[in-house]
Amino acid sequence: MEPRIGVFVCHCGTNIAGVVDVNRVVEAAAAWPDVVFSTEYKFMCSDPGQHLLNDAIIRHKLTRVVVAACSPRMHEPTFRKACAMAGLNPYLFEMANIREHCSWVHEDKLAATLKAIDIVRAAVAKARLLEPLQARMVPVTPKVLVVGGGVAGIQAALDIANAGTKVIMVERSQSIGGHMAQLDKTFPTLDCSACILTPKMVQVAQHPNIELMTYSDVENVDGYVGNFTVKIRQRARYVDESTCTSCGVCLEKCPKKVPSEFDEGMATRKAIYRSFPQAVPGRPVIDKESCTYFKNGKCKICEIFCEPKAIRWDDQDRVVEEKVGAIIVATGMGLIDPHGLGQWGYGRFPNVLTGLEFERLNNATGPTGGRITCKDGSEPKSVAILHCVGSRDRNHKEYCSRVCCMYSLKFAHLIKEKTHATVYNFYIDMRCFGKGYEEFYNRLLHEGVKFIRGKAAYVTDQAYGDEETGKLVVSAESTTLGQVLRVPVDMVILASAVAPQNDAEAVARLFGMGRSPDGFFMEKHPKLEPFATATDGVYLAGSCQSPKDIPDTVAHGAAAASTALSMISRGMVEVEAATAEVLKDFCSGCKVCQDVCPYSAISFHDDTHLAEVNASVCKGCGTCVATCPSSAITGHHFNDLQVLAQIDAAFAWE
Amino acid sequence: MSTPFEPRIVVLCCNWCTYAGADLAGTSRMKYAPNVRLVRVMCSGRVDPSFVLRAFQDGADGVLVAGCHPGDCHYINGNLKAMRRFPALEKMVAQFGIEPQRLRLEWISAAEGDVFVRVVNEMTAQVRALGALDWRRRAAVGPLPEHAG
Amino acid sequence: MGEEKKNGKKLQLAMYWAASCGGCDMAVLDVNEKILDIAAVADIRLWPIAMDYKYKDVESWADGEIDVCLFNGAVRNSEQLHLARLLRRKCKVMVAFGSCASFGGIPGLANLHCKKTIFEAVYGYTASTVNPEGTTPQTHTKVPEGDLHIPDFFDDVYSLNQVIPVEYYVPGCPPTPDTVMVAVNAIATGNLPPVGSTIAGDKAVCDECLRTKSDKPKIQAFHRPQEIFVDAEKCLLEQGLTCMGSATRGGCGSLCPAVNMPCRGCYGPMPRSLDAGADALAAMTSIVDASDEQAARTKGDQLVDPLGTFYRFTLPVSMLRRAQREH
Repeated sequence: MEPRIGVFVCHCGTNIAGVVDVNRVVEAAAAWPDVVFSTEYKFMCSDPGQHLLNDAIIRHKLTRVVVAACSPRMHEPTFRKACAMAGLNPYLFEMANIREHCSWVHEDKLAATLKAIDIVRAAVAKARLLEPLQARMVPVTPKVLVVGGGVAGIQAALDIANAGTKVIMVERSQSIGGHMAQLDKTFPTLDCSACILTPKMVQVAQHPNIELMTYSDVENVDGYVGNFTVKIRQRARYVDESTCTSCGVCLEKCPKKVPSEFDEGMATRKAIYRSFPQAVPGRPVIDKESCTYFKNGKCKICEIFCEPKAIRWDDQDRVVEEKVGAIIVATGMGLIDPHGLGQWGYGRFPNVLTGLEFERLNNATGPTGGRITCKDGSEPKSVAILHCVGSRDRNHKEYCSRVCCMYSLKFAHLIKEKTHATVYNFYIDMRCFGKGYEEFYNRLLHEGVKFIRGKAAYVTDQAYGDEETGKLVVSAESTTLGQVLRVPVDMVILASAVAPQNDAEAVARLFGMGRSPDGFFMEKHPKLEPFATATDGVYLAGSCQSPKDIPDTVAHGAAAASTALSMISRGMVEVEAATAEVLKDFCSGCKVCQDVCPYSAISFHDDTHLAEVNASVCKGCGTCVATCPSSAITGHHFNDLQVLAQIDAAFAWE
Repeated sequence: MSTPFEPRIVVLCCNWCTYAGADLAGTSRMKYAPNVRLVRVMCSGRVDPSFVLRAFQDGADGVLVAGCHPGDCHYINGNLKAMRRFPALEKMVAQFGIEPQRLRLEWISAAEGDVFVRVVNEMTAQVRALGALDWRRRAAVGPLPEHAG
Repeated sequence: MGEEKKNGKKLQLAMYWAASCGGCDMAVLDVNEKILDIAAVADIRLWPIAMDYKYKDVESWADGEIDVCLFNGAVRNSEQLHLARLLRRKCKVMVAFGSCASFGGIPGLANLHCKKTIFEAVYGYTASTVNPEGTTPQTHTKVPEGDLHIPDFFDDVYSLNQVIPVEYYVPGCPPTPDTVMVAVNAIATGNLPPVGSTIAGDKAVCDECLRTKSDKPKIQAFHRPQEIFVDAEKCLLEQGLTCMGSATRGGCGSLCPAVNMPCRGCYGPMPRSLDAGADALAAMTSIVDASDEQAARTKGDQLVDPLGTFYRFTLPVSMLRRAQREH
């Protein structure tokens, strides 16, 4: 039976019709073979537009539908649904993108109209050859993997667990808490970071629906939305979880000291350690790399003092396999390596600190017990805080790190509170956009903090005069005064740029996510779906997507949780129908397809000497289809003939 | 010719990066040469070399194959297959006597609407300078000679 | 075999060679003693390699008088075209016999050039050319005795089905004796497959190849056969040889791979193939072990002559059919 194609050209108000002569497109389409109906409408995606589509399918007995409107990435699901409502298989629908790819990018109306006709012709050519496909529904595993135990992950995990769904939280360090646990006070309210975070950490540990795996890494992810299989490596802790009482005696007795990651290397921890006193879980781990016993076979002091006998020298890494329905990636942010920022003196002058180092310095649990001191123990008489170190800088990170202005204000306030120091803020612009932020800035202006509008060019110890001797000199051009200043200070704090985690690339690959040019994980839609990724079932929470302050991070975590939950609570999920299929009559068993499949979805049967695609694992990329030397694999919805028809119709060649 | 030569360029691109990059160029209202027609496949790994040859056979003056940046493939590494196929394809297309500027492989992400615009404009200019390929006329097997039979 | 056609008449058989090497005619003889079976069921009315004939002999036949013509060789000059058309009229069933008739074959690679450049090479600058007067073939030459005519050499090489309708294809360079006998049997017994069929396997050479393949085959580097010691057990493709076996119709019994030579693709494209060269190129390069562009280029460059390798027998029936003419 010849296909009966209907073509619907959308004006999209003036978005399309303002440039493309819609009526001419409709007329052109009407003349093509198999096109039995062709019309235009102001807004095809509107309710009346969809009714129009519905009616026409029934009235004209359409067997194929082409809507020429916006990007299929925008409204393909809308129109597929409309087709299904009219009883037409949704895969017999094809979209022609004459907005994003035509009316919005061309000014020459004639050229745009001719291009639109070409685009619609190609869509019709493909539509003619479309085949009905059945979307398959598969049950969802009602469990969510949350990767990363910072405040974003914590929020997401708690929201999901409180709704009654099981959560596995994987955290690679010894404790959950993330960067927020390192902070002393939070802006702009100056409430104590630990005071608001630790109760949530404890909730995670005690929640009956949350299985917490710290000191663990996700090693492998297989499967698809609703049905992921993840491999988690739980690193050997050498401390038995069920026996240890977290008494902490071992921490006192262990003779081996190493720099503490949690304290940004400004203090030490032991070889057997927990990240910080309120760590969750409280049970310590032995850091095998540093432990004296593992190094030279002697010591075991921790074991001697461990009353409950919880030390296990023969502990091994365990790899566990878990099935989950959704994954929330909340792996957080890193900071730009300050050693690459030599002009600001980091690494050369001991009293040049990063923001996070200052957080630890100022923290009651930090290396100085919260006293703000220079390296020699003295109280600084003046402190410079340099904004935008590495941020908003084409040489480093082009983006704004979003949190630095505010934490710099917070630092200024805390320094003022705890010391008598003069505080200078060197800034480009003050970006105080959140609730109560501008007010906080105003308050600081009245606290006598000095604001210098100019980015610091460099920090030096080369004194020009007596007042600079023995000081760190910050040089900056004050753009309000129009002159270059040299400001001698005792301490410099670098508001160094927030950056993607060092292993962001590997993590992106592991979970099948993209990364935006700034290196952070790419969201599905920058505005409407900033918590989803291009991989169905994998969601984003927190600063792994872009730099965020705490309120935004928490909100993002909650958003990811609710999105994951809505998928989980549906119970079923639709999987790709446009998969690849091996045509048995032509497969010669060369196995080439097995090598190219990114999902190991192709298996080979030795008995029949044939390859077979596992349709529930296949994601429909079509790589095997293009690769198969025998043309024995077809890719549904993008088969050879459909694509060729589109190429053949791409232009009016003659 | 009365009308100046306008190159016809077929773009074989992946759904997730380059097609979305072109969408972004659209939503950002960037302007570019109206000489390209996009043929969407799900992954640049789906781009069968025969699609490229078919476009030339049909009369395309240039063919652009475009996908996600290496490492950013929506399907993990489908684009690496496109990358591996390309050098030999390029060489083979050159053996057919088709100038190298007429065939291009580019990585254009969903965030790179500007790159899409640059590549399209650049390629349009290059192909325009080369003139029409017009395979059917310049290289097609002619009508059978009629001396015999 | 051996049974005569139902109407009692012997099968009227013609064999012709056009642009070919003679190998296909040899292949008919390669069936050995079975040639006698063929002679028993068939009157061989035309076989230039074995019997003398004149154009007028063929012209004198009634249209459709011949049951089957096995036509080998591509078509690249006016005489071959004339005979192809003539035989088409005289024969009920036209079989493209061998790779040249089926796909253009090795002579088809001349489509990389054109008449002018081929003449320039052959009558001009090849190492063995001695032609101080620069003489090139002319279709008409006046001599005292009158006009001399020789066939016109075309710019292009054609497969048989590009010049006349063809019923069946028997591929191979040359077709193996088994393939020949399958074809002859089908013709003799009238058990013919649907028109347009190729008398060969629907599966690729790999299906018949006994070499062991890895589950995930990879190519570390491309080599030419003379450059490596070939492992007698392992898949040739995985050893870096440009074996066309996975992209080529089987039916040959995987003869070449069995003797350590990579398949060269003589049985032609697979049934669903869009373009034989593209198929082979896609498969071989997709499994090259290269994870960055530099490595991909280095390894791609190891393919010395992709066009010649991947279209060795099929250029005239490929999508692009020929290289652009030098202009």
